[in-house]
Amino acid sequence: MDREEAKELRERCAQCAAVSWGLTDEGKYYCTSCHNVTDRSKEVLNIEAIPNAKKQAINRGLKVRKKHERGWDWYVCEGFQHILCQQAEALKALGVGPEVKSPVLHNLWKRYLQKSQQAYCENPVHARKRKAAAPGSPSASDWESEPALLSEASGPSLGDSGADGRGRPSPPGRASQSEMASVCSGSLDGVEYSLRKEKGLVKMTVPATLALCGLALLWQREALALSDLLRFVEEGHIPYVNAFEHFPEEMKLYGRDKGIFAIEAWPSYEDIHRKMIEVATFLDLPRFPAITEDCYLHPNILCWKYLMEVNLPDEMHDLTRQVVQMAGLGEADFLTFDPIGTRARAVKYDVQAAAIIVVVLKLLFLLDDRAEWSLSEIAETYNEENREDKPCFDFRKWYHVMKKSFDEKKQKWEEARAKFMWKSDKPLYHSPIDRSVAHKRREMVVNLQKQFSTLADSVPTAAKHSPSSFQFSWAGEVPGAACFHGHGLQGILSRKGRSLRTRNALYWLSTQRFCRSYCKHVTTYEESNFSLSYQFIMNLFSFLLRIKTYFLHEEVSLIEKRLFKTKYSKPKTKPSRSRKVRK
Amino acid sequence: MSDFSEDLLRPTKEDDPAGRSVRSGSGMRLPWLQKHVESVPTRGKKEKDFAQTTSACLSFIQDALLKHQWQRAAEYMHSYLQTLEDSDSQKRQAAPEMIWKLGSEILYYHPKSSVETFNAFADRMKNIGVMNYLTISLQHTLYLLHHGLLDDASRNLSQAETWRYGEKSSSQEALINLVQAYKGLLQYYTWSKKKKELSELDEDDYAYSTASQNMFSHSWKTSINFSALIQTPGVWDPFVKSYVEMLEFYGDQDGAREVLTNYAYDEKFPSNPNAHVYLYNFLKREKAPREKLISVLKILYQIVPSHKLMLEFHRLLRKSDQEEHRRLGLEVLFGVLDFAGCAKNVTAWQCLAKYLRQILMRSHPAWIQEEWNSRKSWWPGFHFSSFWAKSDWKEDRALAYEKAFVAGILLGKGCKYFRYISKQDHQVLRKKFKRMKKLVKKHSIVNP
Repeated sequence: MDREEAKELRERCAQCAAVSWGLTDEGKYYCTSCHNVTDRSKEVLNIEAIPNAKKQAINRGLKVRKKHERGWDWYVCEGFQHILCQQAEALKALGVGPEVKSPVLHNLWKRYLQKSQQAYCENPVHARKRKAAAPGSPSASDWESEPALLSEASGPSLGDSGADGRGRPSPPGRASQSEMASVCSGSLDGVEYSLRKEKGLVKMTVPATLALCGLALLWQREALALSDLLRFVEEGHIPYVNAFEHFPEEMKLYGRDKGIFAIEAWPSYEDIHRKMIEVATFLDLPRFPAITEDCYLHPNILCWKYLMEVNLPDEMHDLTRQVVQMAGLGEADFLTFDPIGTRARAVKYDVQAAAIIVVVLKLLFLLDDRAEWSLSEIAETYNEENREDKPCFDFRKWYHVMKKSFDEKKQKWEEARAKFMWKSDKPLYHSPIDRSVAHKRREMVVNLQKQFSTLADSVPTAAKHSPSSFQFSWAGEVPGAACFHGHGLQGILSRKGRSLRTRNALYWLSTQRFCRSYCKHVTTYEESNFSLSYQFIMNLFSFLLRIKTYFLHEEVSLIEKRLFKTKYSKPKTKPSRSRKVRK
Repeated sequence: MSDFSEDLLRPTKEDDPAGRSVRSGSGMRLPWLQKHVESVPTRGKKEKDFAQTTSACLSFIQDALLKHQWQRAAEYMHSYLQTLEDSDSQKRQAAPEMIWKLGSEILYYHPKSSVETFNAFADRMKNIGVMNYLTISLQHTLYLLHHGLLDDASRNLSQAETWRYGEKSSSQEALINLVQAYKGLLQYYTWSKKKKELSELDEDDYAYSTASQNMFSHSWKTSINFSALIQTPGVWDPFVKSYVEMLEFYGDQDGAREVLTNYAYDEKFPSNPNAHVYLYNFLKREKAPREKLISVLKILYQIVPSHKLMLEFHRLLRKSDQEEHRRLGLEVLFGVLDFAGCAKNVTAWQCLAKYLRQILMRSHPAWIQEEWNSRKSWWPGFHFSSFWAKSDWKEDRALAYEKAFVAGILLGKGCKYFRYISKQDHQVLRKKFKRMKKLVKKHSIVNP
């Protein structure tokens, strides 16, 4: 056996991952470190190493086979387009209007390509590179041949409905470039793409595709808030993690593509929200259609939704509406997203609605671990005395019902998260020599999984529950889970003259002073400093929205700042006297 | 109310984690700290949700294992297997071991699991990376042995033995020795079965000679298997024991002695009482001189003063000609009775009573005094309380009698134990009691 002979095989050993091959007497490769004999023999692999054999190899058609193995030539932005297309289709399946996909998302994408100079412009980046490589080529053809993705006839375009990219021929002009690029990535420009750093450029990433979707939804004023979008992503209704799995077979991914398309984290609200603003500013988008009172994203409607979701009485809606009005949160100017306005700022509609409800709960029950319980007692006696009447809302009862369902839900969510499968059936690898190892490992995992799934308790993923905007249901389907929607607030509000007052006359501010440094944090949330009922409510809402608790706390503080302006401008006076509630 | 809100918020400014940790004191579980530690980003990068998933999954599996919910554990295992594809290479390399440990535990207990499933799992896991092959092979063998599948176990070991590996690391060399030694142990098992058969055969029988020949070849093979392991430092009790038994059977006394001496005295080996016990038993069988036996047991006495061989040691010392040895004999006896586990050992008390009398008659009260000084403070409560007097009398009269005598000698006739026992009126023991009282009066070290 001769070690020297086997240097041309650069693949990793499937057993021990070493790259050290020898040849057996039969001409088969074996690993010198673990003695694993492969079934590959020398001649086939050796062709490139022996210059004289090259001709022969071409005659035998080996080159063709290799070409096929490498797949199509494709650009990174085409990959993103695929993902966007799938996401748009998924949104359509969720019941969003077809306009979101085309023309809105389509146009946004086109604009993005143009702004980032990848297509629809005089001198796209790909063309620049190519011209440098082959100065003789006519520049007139750039428009047609460069990312041909948006010409309606080819590829999975957002514009046409058929999203499959079968049978797209690879443009012959790119052969020389692809030869070089495909060493480190499956896509043509994976390396360049990951190196590309220009001032002011917003690079497309997988999370950014969600931001684009979010913008399209916002433009269409669809009844889908950002938190819902992200929740659907998490529940697997919208492709995100391993979205590349659905690329056509011939679009090979490896090397740098791994860094671009592989996702190992769930999208976070903060992150996507920030990206939305970033992308919108980058795209130079005009003012978005106004959010008026009849829009889903208007706080009045969203508050309705969240009051129903957390099983609070409908009567509280009057109060949320008043808070919205007093704090000036309902005006279209405030609500409408305007990327080119002086300070691009987008309202977090869903977080804000939840915060409004928290404020109302604080107004009604104070939430200091005392007032709410004594008010519950009043409600309880009232309910016992007036059995015929509309029942009065009993905070304690509500708490018990909510706590139980919330804990169950959260437990299930945590279990689902722990069981989440991150890895795709198409394993990604860094370089071609890792390919067989990655595949082998994948195969091994699948085999082991098969073995353990037969031993598991239940059939996994029995039924992926269908997507719903509501996470809890209270309409009498679950026995024991009382519905509080119809309850009244008569025990908590007292009549004084023509107006109703909240029986609780006190209020405390979630934040007394705002942070003014550059850390961008308005305030901090140290859980243990707050009452238990406040903590519970914060946890409940932040779970519903899948956001961090401090994020909601911050929003509550911001609303309070608008509501009690005077208290903040003159910090010496003690916050809050009673507030009248007119009816 | 405004005060309330201020109260509520004031702690924010003062509250810093360091101050809190001081207050919470050491040795307490600090959930907030754990949370904090978990949230500390590793390697300066935000921890990926993938890592979150796998660590949550791991804790669910551990929880399920703890509660013996094998199905549930298997369910989470399904997801945990993705750690084999972790993009963090360090974690990926650690994954097979973890999965093997968890998976074999589940498969061992799972009601629907069988030997076949376990075998399939083990074979798969062996081939994920080279580093785990031998460890898994060994544990797989133990599993098979546990299920009584000796042939399969032996085959498995042979396979492991012939496993081709690259540059072998030192840790793997030790494992190979262990694999071979286990193989030897299995061969010993068949050998000792044959030995038993042989002992039932007649020596003139034709079958006898073939059987004994058979055994002979066996022993030769086994010795190779054992010797490599036994020379590396470690605790190899079962291997040494069977090896020595075979060597002795074939009359290789020198070889056996060498192995045992090396096992007991080589300083590279960890301190191991059994090594000395084996050597002692071997020497006893060989009828070695008393001096030699004493020197072996002396070391054992230093390691385990409560060992059951200590009474034998005492007897050897008592018979010795050297005064120093006889004195040590007393020390050994006291040492044995220092342990709660030996407190009801009648023989020990009997020996002590007899020996005390003997020593006093030979007028060495100083020896007793010296041993007693360090125990004066606690033996009365430990051995001679009135509670023990009552319960000993009820459970074991002979024990009570010996203890009462010792108490009398050591504490004088006024002590509770002695008084209680001597007051008991018993037909048979009356004469004995009288003698005891007389002896105590005469010999007690309290008022000479």
